Amino acid sequence: MKRFFFTAAALIVFAAAANAQRVYTKNGLISFFSSTKMEDIKADNNQVLCVLNTQTGDLQFSLLNKGFHFPKALMEEHFNENYIESNKYPKSTFKGTVADITKVDFTKDGTYPVSVKGDLVMHGITKNITAAGNITVKGGKVTAAAKFMVKLADYNISIPGAVKSNISESIEITVKCDLDQKM
Amino acid sequence: MPISNNLHQMFVKKILLCCFIVAAFNRTAAAQDTTDLMKMLENDIEKTTDYTTATFKTTRLINGHTVENVGKGVMDVKISHRFGKVNGGGYELFGLDNATMRLGFDFGLTNYLMVGIGRSTYQKTYDAFFKVKILRQSKGKRVMPITLSYVPTVALKTLKFEDPTRKNYFSSRLFFTHQLIIGRKISNGTSLQIMPTYTHQNLVQLASDPNDLFAIGIGGRQKLSKRISLNFEYYYQLPGYKLINTTNSLSVGFDIETGGHVFQLHFTNSQGMSERTFISETTGDWGKGDIFFGFNISRVFTIGKNHK
Repeated sequence: MKRFFFTAAALIVFAAAANAQRVYTKNGLISFFSSTKMEDIKADNNQVLCVLNTQTGDLQFSLLNKGFHFPKALMEEHFNENYIESNKYPKSTFKGTVADITKVDFTKDGTYPVSVKGDLVMHGITKNITAAGNITVKGGKVTAAAKFMVKLADYNISIPGAVKSNISESIEITVKCDLDQKM
Repeated sequence: MPISNNLHQMFVKKILLCCFIVAAFNRTAAAQDTTDLMKMLENDIEKTTDYTTATFKTTRLINGHTVENVGKGVMDVKISHRFGKVNGGGYELFGLDNATMRLGFDFGLTNYLMVGIGRSTYQKTYDAFFKVKILRQSKGKRVMPITLSYVPTVALKTLKFEDPTRKNYFSSRLFFTHQLIIGRKISNGTSLQIMPTYTHQNLVQLASDPNDLFAIGIGGRQKLSKRISLNFEYYYQLPGYKLINTTNSLSVGFDIETGGHVFQLHFTNSQGMSERTFISETTGDWGKGDIFFGFNISRVFTIGKNHK
């Protein structure tokens, strides 16, 4: 009887440890896109950190706001100085979980639609968000992708009257991370 | 036997409890593991060099240069006006009846090298300069406390010679200014810079005037809001290396930024807008009300692509 419980305990411990699989990247891509009649603005950050636990579905993103690059130098300066305030808030992060991680078979190639829920921290403000995305498995490589909208007002980012017609009130965020590293 | 049975049950309960604790602990370990890994990755990223940006809103403080450059492929069109003296009174509408202006085009060849040309109505002067960033303020992996820029300017005065009967040389129309600008963004809202300046004038008015002039400038800005800042600029001319009957240039003004434009409104005792005129040929005296109201308008156009 005693032996049975010891074995059971050991099994639980080992099983969990063996399955705790983390995939990550340091070169993920997050873009944002603002579209108005006057102007389309797009910026890319290709130094996004992303970690996914393929067993628990825990998912985290982190990026440096200064890593967003714009087609115009002045846009980049205004983004850092006036809107995201990179000196005060250098990072933007997301911490959440893939709700339906169990539906994803990491041993089989395919594209699995998933729903992600968690806290997006931006401009010093934390908001719980839900986004639809895809996890793609191809030849053992995992790619996480999503597209969702954020409202600038939710994150206390205000657009002055003079440029209201150039910057959209809600911004489309595109995420694409090839999680090709394992640990 | 009943006693033994009881002991056995207690033992089983304890084991079960242990199992749950171990399992629970393991689950939290599994939940935390993305956090631990993320912390590790973030620490790596934070070891990179973080260069300071936007020490000043634009490439000019008031009359003179800041440490800032325009980005690669960016053209900055600058239209500047200095009205007449405020002490001209109501008859001159406090100087607004008269104005000198400078039209300038600055262009960023790279993110650290820009060139510019301009034409001022004041003494019909053309000017040309380049500005190169030698050091960039940074923190992180590479720490540099200051930004250092070098700006050489040549000015061509095309006003008719005062004495046409004398033998006049083309070189007499030329003026050369060399400036080092040492700047630091002290905090998000406060920036300061020091500008040691050397000016060479081929032709001066009086025999007792030196041809080589030295001045040290100091300037700064304090942001009042995200888009408005208060600026000041002062050039101290070294005694013995200044033209006779000139004063030191002192200016205060505001930067107002709206999208692609920066408006600069200021009061200054200098009427000229090229380096040698405001640094070494200022004659206005603040105490006597020789103050000129003026503005600079900067409008940027992106011509090339910004590669960072």
